[in-house]
Amino acid sequence: MTTTPKIVMQGVTKSFGDKQVLRGIDLEVAPEESLAIIGTSGCGKSVTLKCLLGLLRADGGSILVDGVEMIDANRHQMEAMRQRFGMTFQFGALFDSLPIWENVTFRLRQRQTLSRTEARHIAAETITQLGLASHVIDQFPAELSGGMQKRVALARAIADKPEILLFDEPTSGLDPITGGVIDSLILDSVRRLGATALTISHDMASVRRIADKVAMVHKGVIIWCGSASEMDNTGIAEVDQFVHGLADGPLTLAAQAEARGE
Amino acid sequence: MIGFLQNIGRTSLAFLAAIGRLVLFTSSAIRWTFFPPYYLRQLGRQVIDIGYYSLPVVGLTTLFSGMVLALQSYTGFARFSAEDTVATVVVLSVTRELGPVLAGLMVAGRIGASMAAEIGTMRVTDQIDALDTLSTRPMQYLVAPRILAGTICLPFLVLVGDLIGVFGGYLVGVYRLGFNPSIYLARTMEFLEISDVTLGLIKAAVFGFLIALMGCYHGYHSGRGAEGVGRATTNAVVSSSILILISNYLVTALFFG
Repeated sequence: MTTTPKIVMQGVTKSFGDKQVLRGIDLEVAPEESLAIIGTSGCGKSVTLKCLLGLLRADGGSILVDGVEMIDANRHQMEAMRQRFGMTFQFGALFDSLPIWENVTFRLRQRQTLSRTEARHIAAETITQLGLASHVIDQFPAELSGGMQKRVALARAIADKPEILLFDEPTSGLDPITGGVIDSLILDSVRRLGATALTISHDMASVRRIADKVAMVHKGVIIWCGSASEMDNTGIAEVDQFVHGLADGPLTLAAQAEARGE
Repeated sequence: MIGFLQNIGRTSLAFLAAIGRLVLFTSSAIRWTFFPPYYLRQLGRQVIDIGYYSLPVVGLTTLFSGMVLALQSYTGFARFSAEDTVATVVVLSVTRELGPVLAGLMVAGRIGASMAAEIGTMRVTDQIDALDTLSTRPMQYLVAPRILAGTICLPFLVLVGDLIGVFGGYLVGVYRLGFNPSIYLARTMEFLEISDVTLGLIKAAVFGFLIALMGCYHGYHSGRGAEGVGRATTNAVVSSSILILISNYLVTALFFG
């Protein structure tokens, strides 16, 4: 029996002025699968994620979520669809002016009437699951370390129990130990929610820990997609160079700049 | 020659695109002001920030402007023995012109800049995208409350500024120029009409709207990095100051006579 994919992207294109960033992204993610998208800086990974969420409107192609076309969705359809997503951003994107408990329960409070006590209770429960002390809920984002901010961002993404989780560079800027902790929290949260996950990462150790499947974007297209266990020896020079972090290979700095249209 | 024409064409298109973007932004901001959910806490925060925390700067500006106006008009009017009109000149100048314009320019520097910097920082740190992913429309959550608060608060600020400016004129008139206090007050009220004050308040509402609109617009479309936010802040202050001066003439001309 074949499983209907949760997310299907076909021939997705996106340009900014004369610069074509996505030249035809083809991707499939099965329900409860964890896919990592890798690639050099500026290759179009974040743009792919933003097109999926409708934060950027793709120029062409097709994006299906549970079989529903998102490319030509109107604002209301898009807003309804976004409620099924949870996302963490590269630098947390926590709201500076709000304490942690309000950050964590932000979406819940938009969608339902929650008393202050209920919201604080939910926030405390969620961040405790992620290894933070409950008193942190009264602090502000600027008072927390980078690792703690990533956990709060994760708490905010999962508080509403979304079906699809998107992670943009979840371990960037963290030391390897904290990065490892964040990875295991992501894995744990994704499994507990039964969610489908898409992660953008440069961190290959992190990708190995959290991904079932890996896709590499290069020059705006997916040049390889396979299981995480296969990525060490794909036979594609660009993928092998990136995965093993080799200085020599086709992905020279000049080639990367050219791929970014610089 | 072709290159020259291309440049003109490109600049014209960019200008028209910017106008179009601003019109779309303005209509969207106004539209979302009237639709639920209403973010009353955000509105309250902005009212306090614009209305309450701007009071000292507006008060000081209008106080000293009223004082200077009394001194200068006395010097001028004494040359043709019309010193008695100083109180009238001060009150009419402050309520119709100086109060709204000076308060507007000071608030543009204080609030326009802070709105652009705050929203611009939210843009470059992905907080605006995060709002979208958290079932919240940024126009409704960030922009509409600021524009509403700016439009509501400026008239109140100007009203207080008018009183302080007239008081500044009174201080100089009575304690420096030797006017009789009761006569000075009587002269202040003698030729003042309700329409003088309301014209100033209408101007203030327009200025408040423009200051908040420019702050939000430039912040919302801020470029990447610290440089982008810095440029957005400068553009917000410069454009709102220019728009205040232009709209000041237009509103005055509209109600003239």
